[in-house]
Amino acid sequence: MEPLIRHEGLVAVLDRVNVDTDQIIPKQFLKRVARSGFGQFLFYDWRYTPEGEPDPSFVLNHPRYAGASILLARDNFGCGSSREHAVWALEDYGFRVIIAPSFADIFYNNCFKNGLLPITLSPDEVDELFRRAAREGYRLTVDLREQTVEDGDGFVARFEVDPERRMRLLEGLDDIGVTLQHEAAIAAYERDRKAVYQNVFR
Amino acid sequence: MSGHRPRTMFEKIWDQHLVVETDTQCLLYIDLHLVHEVTSPQAFENLRLSGRRVRRPELTFATMDHNVPTDNPFDVRDPIARTQIQTLADNCRTFGIELADLESPDQGIVHIIGPELGLTLPGKTIVCGDSHTSTHGAFGALAFGIGTSEVEHVLATQCLWQTRPKTLKVEITGTRRPGVTAKDVILGLIARYGVGFGTGYVMEYAGEVVRGMTMEERMTLCNMSIEAGARAGLVAPDETTFEYLRGRRFAPKGADFERCVAEWRAIVSDEGAVYDKMVVFDVTDLEPQVTWGTNPGMSVNVSGTVPDPASFDNPVQRRAAEQALAYMGLEPGTKITEIPVQHVFIGSCTNARIEDLRQAARVVRGRRVAPGVRALVVPGSKRVKEQAEREGLRDIFVAAGFEWREPGCSMCLAMNPDFVPPGERCASTSNRNFEGRQGRGARTHLVSPMMAAAAAIAGHFIDVRELLRDDDTERGAEHGTAHSA
Ligand code: SF4
Repeated sequence: MEPLIRHEGLVAVLDRVNVDTDQIIPKQFLKRVARSGFGQFLFYDWRYTPEGEPDPSFVLNHPRYAGASILLARDNFGCGSSREHAVWALEDYGFRVIIAPSFADIFYNNCFKNGLLPITLSPDEVDELFRRAAREGYRLTVDLREQTVEDGDGFVARFEVDPERRMRLLEGLDDIGVTLQHEAAIAAYERDRKAVYQNVFR
Repeated sequence: MSGHRPRTMFEKIWDQHLVVETDTQCLLYIDLHLVHEVTSPQAFENLRLSGRRVRRPELTFATMDHNVPTDNPFDVRDPIARTQIQTLADNCRTFGIELADLESPDQGIVHIIGPELGLTLPGKTIVCGDSHTSTHGAFGALAFGIGTSEVEHVLATQCLWQTRPKTLKVEITGTRRPGVTAKDVILGLIARYGVGFGTGYVMEYAGEVVRGMTMEERMTLCNMSIEAGARAGLVAPDETTFEYLRGRRFAPKGADFERCVAEWRAIVSDEGAVYDKMVVFDVTDLEPQVTWGTNPGMSVNVSGTVPDPASFDNPVQRRAAEQALAYMGLEPGTKITEIPVQHVFIGSCTNARIEDLRQAARVVRGRRVAPGVRALVVPGSKRVKEQAEREGLRDIFVAAGFEWREPGCSMCLAMNPDFVPPGERCASTSNRNFEGRQGRGARTHLVSPMMAAAAAIAGHFIDVRELLRDDDTERGAEHGTAHSA
């Protein structure tokens, strides 16, 4: 996993609540057995017309957002299906940070497994960012060590993030590797459980 | 053990599965890992690349459901779907995992076969790369959906890092009127409190209404916990649970079973246990529900009308309602019963168990599907299908003009050839009415199996209780007994 420490980038806005993972990556693209190459299908049904042409009314098709790496979104972003393909698509498209007032649980988890940083800010702060992002070329700097988001023009917000997840993201650590360091504890647990639950615990 | 402090059932299960605890994260042991073809290939691939094995293949069980065709499952015409199905079979063979493949009598939707086979048991931790894993909470198991990286993590370590969720008690009180199913209860609950009200919580459903529910109904309730944002749903195990499990293939047998029952009885919240949040939901005035929008919280009573976005105070909600109505092609103020349907789908892990099919069949018996309506019944598993055929349900559906299909997810997410064409409407017993869920431009209305059956007969939404009342009157006349409505 690529570490994320400090990130500076162009902000794209998606002004909708409850954006679900079916929207982020429609199911017809879930049949692939690889992890890469999902960016081209991100928000497919919004991004393209039924004829397959880019839909000019969809924000990510506006030239001003070309190259955006920070997505500003609304409440309950990433709800619905557990498909990690949603995160793979956002990442592959070029996003490294998503800012919203709230995220759906599984999506939030999936982000951290892939080096995408979901940042929860207060509804007021997010409203303020939406106002500021109306300006073309609006950029933000996210500092994971300091846990801050700022635009160099007066907006500064601090965000909370679980310390362990932060550390893993800062160092680009693989979860499985971390867990396997606890092998002795896992083995001991299995021995104890088996003694008590030999019937259920096959 | 934490002494005499009263604990919720969630805390009891959680504490028992703690392997390592850091300041903010817990490494939880996973008792059962269910696997399907769509969210697992990348996980197995990474295992192979990193030279790791599956730690406990015997605690892992796989099936194929999401993209199997339901007309002829052996004729997978989509080459990419075929690759995925084949890849799962190969991975299961390589890593020694039991698989209910397309030929197996156990095959079906992952959340239907887990309980059916007795793999789902009270007190277990259960995960699957699918958000509706919450279904298994109906048995008093802590069950939740995970992403593909986590699937890989569980395969490799049989454990999962989790932050401790908060607890939310949902007490369901009052008396359900006839025709009001578990589906209506959960849709009504989400409509009341919103699609995000469970985020960060594990919900425990309690109260007399839940105690009176069958296992099938409890599964429907827990299934849709995720639509309220909750990580998991829970119902305390009781006699209904134990009766359901007795004799199932993987459930303990004989004296072992009785010993387990004694342990399972303890998986209930203690008197005085503290929850982070509590709500009480009275269902006495609840009617059968129909969704009008593009998330499961956008539902109303069948006697109601499509709401006016202007009636929402919150500007963000107002815009969401406007966008939903534009997508759904509906005008504010339209009576729900005036909305026509072209498709009816009875299926999915929410409502494709035997009891769901029985209820739908009760409505359909002796009637015909309205002209211009395409209606599908897709049983949730091979076993459900066989039982329905034995009970004569298949004949009732087929005689009425329904298509009778092979088990799979089918039109719930339309990854196989079953989908709804753009702009057309579907009364669906599934769990998600998101834009494009049942096909690009498809308009989904979530309902109970009885309401879906009634819509198939009428060609538009209709209060199923009207049909049931007609039946009662007829039967009353036959038996010469008076019936009050
Ligand atoms: S039936 Fe639908 S919700 Fe259930 S597992 Fe299949 S696709 Fe998911």
